[in-house]
Amino acid sequence: MMINPVATQNAAPPDHFVSVKGLCKSFSGSVLYDNFDLDLSRNQLVSVFGPNGCGKSTLINMISGLIPVDQGEIRIHDKPIRRARIGYVFQNYRDSMLPWLSAYDNIAYPLRVKGIPDRDCRDRVEQLIQTFNIQLDLKRYPYSFSGGQQQLISIMRALIADPEVLFLDEPFSALDFETTLFVRDKLQEIFMTTKIPMFMVVHNLEEAVFLADTILLLSKRPTHLVEMVPFDAPRPRTLDTLTSPEFIDVSRHCLEIFRQEMRK
Amino acid sequence: MTITLNSSKRSSWMTTLSRWIDQCLPLVGVIVLFGVWWLISVSGWVNPVLLPTPWKTLGTLFSAMLTGTMAVDFLASVFRTFAAFFAAALLGVPLGVLLGSSERLYRSVEFLIDFFRSTPASALIPMFILFFGISDVSKIIIAAFSAFLLIVFNSAYGVMNAKRSRILAAKVMGANRWQVFKDVLLMESLPQTFIGLRSGISIALVIVIVAEMFIGTQEGLGKRIIDAQQILNVQDMYASILITGLLGYGLNVLFLLIEKRFIHWSGK
Repeated sequence: MMINPVATQNAAPPDHFVSVKGLCKSFSGSVLYDNFDLDLSRNQLVSVFGPNGCGKSTLINMISGLIPVDQGEIRIHDKPIRRARIGYVFQNYRDSMLPWLSAYDNIAYPLRVKGIPDRDCRDRVEQLIQTFNIQLDLKRYPYSFSGGQQQLISIMRALIADPEVLFLDEPFSALDFETTLFVRDKLQEIFMTTKIPMFMVVHNLEEAVFLADTILLLSKRPTHLVEMVPFDAPRPRTLDTLTSPEFIDVSRHCLEIFRQEMRK
Repeated sequence: MTITLNSSKRSSWMTTLSRWIDQCLPLVGVIVLFGVWWLISVSGWVNPVLLPTPWKTLGTLFSAMLTGTMAVDFLASVFRTFAAFFAAALLGVPLGVLLGSSERLYRSVEFLIDFFRSTPASALIPMFILFFGISDVSKIIIAAFSAFLLIVFNSAYGVMNAKRSRILAAKVMGANRWQVFKDVLLMESLPQTFIGLRSGISIALVIVIVAEMFIGTQEGLGKRIIDAQQILNVQDMYASILITGLLGYGLNVLFLLIEKRFIHWSGK
């Protein structure tokens, strides 16, 4: 079936920002995903949580086109991956920044590779850091910043080219608690301002629930989707959200499912 | 009050002193070496003809450098070393990067590189004489050859060991293959390339000195050392050895400084 993505988009905005059909992926003979389907409602912040080794990161990497799938179809806003503008925030900012470039040049890099002139790059970086009130001396090199600042810079870099989806692979796991709170707030601010749908892998339940509109709970391998748990506490969510009844209910429910899965 | 002030003054004075002592630590070994050398040479255990005192040697070093004959030899060796080094770097870095960007290409020449790298370059000197004669060019080519091998394989490894996550990051940001190559692979290889360049210039100096001794020449530190030894001008021999050592050390420091300045991200 041939669909003209532009025409479809003009007719009505797609209902899903990510849609996966019949995804199969094996690693050296062991099946990770077998006929996996997934639809993520538009404009949502979706987090993925599941037991170790269930392939959370593999999933995000396949959907963002970083690693190939064995079989199946992945569409972003009803377009093939390579036609979509995606932003990606890596788990390890240290290994994903280009340390020979200044923070500014790192943020501008996605524009540079597209051949956008220097002046426009400068304007857009300027605009972006003003929007999110980032007060960093961007002439410095990435390694001279703290962990949280570096992750913030790499989030800015992922946002600069105006992505239609933002992927985040365990964005807080290399940060200490205090910094996590800071980056998490900033990320929520970004989500609320830009309305960019986000797909985020996390490795702890509190983080999975706190920012999400929907929490995907995955099973042990071969991985399937156990449940999509909605969480619709009002934004901005604050530290008070953590003690609100709805947060506790959703967390408890997720934890229960997680435990059941572990027992299987 | 006065007491506290005094003690804090004293303690700051103490820290200044201890910091100063710390800075002088590298000199300790040098002083010990010269001390032992001096003791042996004045003790009479060794024939004074074979071992002059350190002061006499240093005196010879300064006067020979100032009056010129040693400076000529020094400059000749420096020139050959740099000529060999630049030839090796100009060929070696691009070739190494090329080999490194294709793992299969590198694997197919890996044995050759490792073999010649393990062969002492001095063993090849007679062969090079056959091909290139005993000219100056011949010495430079031999030195360049050994430096070249070190530079090639270090550059290749630098490219091959580039962090996969950075390559992925560049790809996901929309960089094409050429952009990934020049913006990530090439830059990632630089710290390792600089290690190759630094080892390269060291080996170039070694081979230049050996070649000067072995092949013979008008000027050069290698020739000066062997000549001084032949006519038992030991003072000059030690002085020449010292200046050669200083040259090697200086080159190493120079390259470390360049490396620190340009590869600012190394190890961070």
